[in-house]
Amino acid sequence: MIIENSKDTNMPELQNGSKVAVIGGGPAGAFFSFFLIDLAKRMDLDVHVDIFEPRDFFKPGPRGCNMCAGIISESLIQTLATEGINLPPKVVQRGIDSYVLYTSTGKTQIKTTIDEKRIASVYRGAGPRDLTKAKWKSFDGHLLELAIGKGARHKKAKVAGVNWRKGRPEIKTNDGESDLYDLAVFAIGVNPANLKMIEELQLKYRPPKTAKSHIREFFLGQDRVNEYLGNNVHIFLLPIPGLEYAAVIPKGDYATMCLIGNGVDGDLVNSFISTLQARRCLPEEVDPKGSCRCSPFINMKAAVGAYSDRIVFIGDCGATRLFKDGIGAAYKTAKAAATTAVFQGISERDWNRTYLPTYRLIENDNKIGRVVFAVNGFIKSRKYVLGGLLRMVNGEQQRPDSPQRMSGVVWDTFTGSAMYRNIFKRTIHPSFLFRFSWNTVREISPIGRNQATKED
Amino acid sequence: MTTRGSLGRDYDAGAVIVQQGEDGDCMYVIQAGQVKVVREENGREVILDVLDSGDFFGEMALFDREPRAASVLAIGQTKVLTIDKKTFLRRIQEDPTLAFRLVEKMSGRIRELNKKLSKGNK
Repeated sequence: MIIENSKDTNMPELQNGSKVAVIGGGPAGAFFSFFLIDLAKRMDLDVHVDIFEPRDFFKPGPRGCNMCAGIISESLIQTLATEGINLPPKVVQRGIDSYVLYTSTGKTQIKTTIDEKRIASVYRGAGPRDLTKAKWKSFDGHLLELAIGKGARHKKAKVAGVNWRKGRPEIKTNDGESDLYDLAVFAIGVNPANLKMIEELQLKYRPPKTAKSHIREFFLGQDRVNEYLGNNVHIFLLPIPGLEYAAVIPKGDYATMCLIGNGVDGDLVNSFISTLQARRCLPEEVDPKGSCRCSPFINMKAAVGAYSDRIVFIGDCGATRLFKDGIGAAYKTAKAAATTAVFQGISERDWNRTYLPTYRLIENDNKIGRVVFAVNGFIKSRKYVLGGLLRMVNGEQQRPDSPQRMSGVVWDTFTGSAMYRNIFKRTIHPSFLFRFSWNTVREISPIGRNQATKED
Repeated sequence: MTTRGSLGRDYDAGAVIVQQGEDGDCMYVIQAGQVKVVREENGREVILDVLDSGDFFGEMALFDREPRAASVLAIGQTKVLTIDKKTFLRRIQEDPTLAFRLVEKMSGRIRELNKKLSKGNK
């Protein structure tokens, strides 16, 4: 049912019977559908939501995969639980309770502040391509099921194009069907191939700036995953040009290797795999080529013009957090868009008023994130400063009741649990700077260096 | 109960998760198993409620500074996720709709208590 604008032609809003098309059924699309229906019900509003998602998330390999490292941050796990979205053991490949940080001069382990697993490693799809039988459930599939459970309809047809008709977005699918909607929500990621569908809309939208990352899966079997990785995410801060950081993540029978940076290519991947630090996380006999690999694009700078009347872009195709917590950003943008659509309206002015603040919060935080990672880049090739960092973390980890200044900063930087502005604020605190300087000086001093607690 | 792919902390049957009278700065969401909410008064224990997977408890500590009003004990093996007060309040400041579900549950509990009270008065 198409409702004529209730206020005026410039201020459309959702009404009983309004139709909403969500293009893309990954986390952003599923979260949006879930919250839109939930919030609309609270307002006694009956809306009809169609999710267009051709992929089958329960099939192993690229056919069902959204290509992502698959870490759900501590803060997101807590927020989702408050929202009533709990991740069952079938979805969580591994509950994570510590991070191990590898550098060129040593390594250190940072444990959760409370003795509890509140970080999840998940597979976005069913798992790597060589998986013969899925033992676990896809994270994206689980969220899509929750949205369907709320009342959304899953349409498996692929969207061929979107255009305007009678002032409303019309969705055309590859099977020749077309339908008019009151609102079109794009959750289409950053793959340039997906952008063709919006050409006819002639929007002001300019897609995000992207870079390539690299993800590789290694089959280890559960016993060796326990032996080599345990319940830890292994983070590598190594002086390899073009690499911001790398991670090896335990998941079920597999280890997922993820490389993030501005210049991730085949040579960089090989350089990383051949480092002593990386080899220590993987058994010698494991084939470095892995059993499944991909080089997905990541969003480096938010899209411009991410909304207009009856149109909004959410998740990766809009704004996401720099290098970390992409699923957390998908949740935030999806929830902000759903809240705007239900409580304000679906005009450009409405998005401007209620969606833009969340969008800007992420975008502005990423500016501080760039500073945080620039400092990381400086530190990782400075032996003594790095030594000071490791010394400070080791000292704090040995005294869990003392203030966890450096441990907290490193933990939040790599787990994605806190906003970058919050991390940055803590690093300019006089106590932090004093402790860090003191530990670095002790690292430079020959006496202090002999007493260091480095493990490698 | 302890599986590699599960979140939260494990509690054995009878383990005290929340102690009546203690200060609290977090709430809990049950990931698996059941808990009972028990209030002790004049040496007598009264079971106020039994909660299942997905339910939360201890939420009053997020909003007031009073000691815990009741104890919560695990019935059988239970897995519980802790929600930090600071994390919750920061998020609610960014997104007030996060409180809807909590308010809904709390009003449901008040409704239940009213029913029990009116039954008790009859």
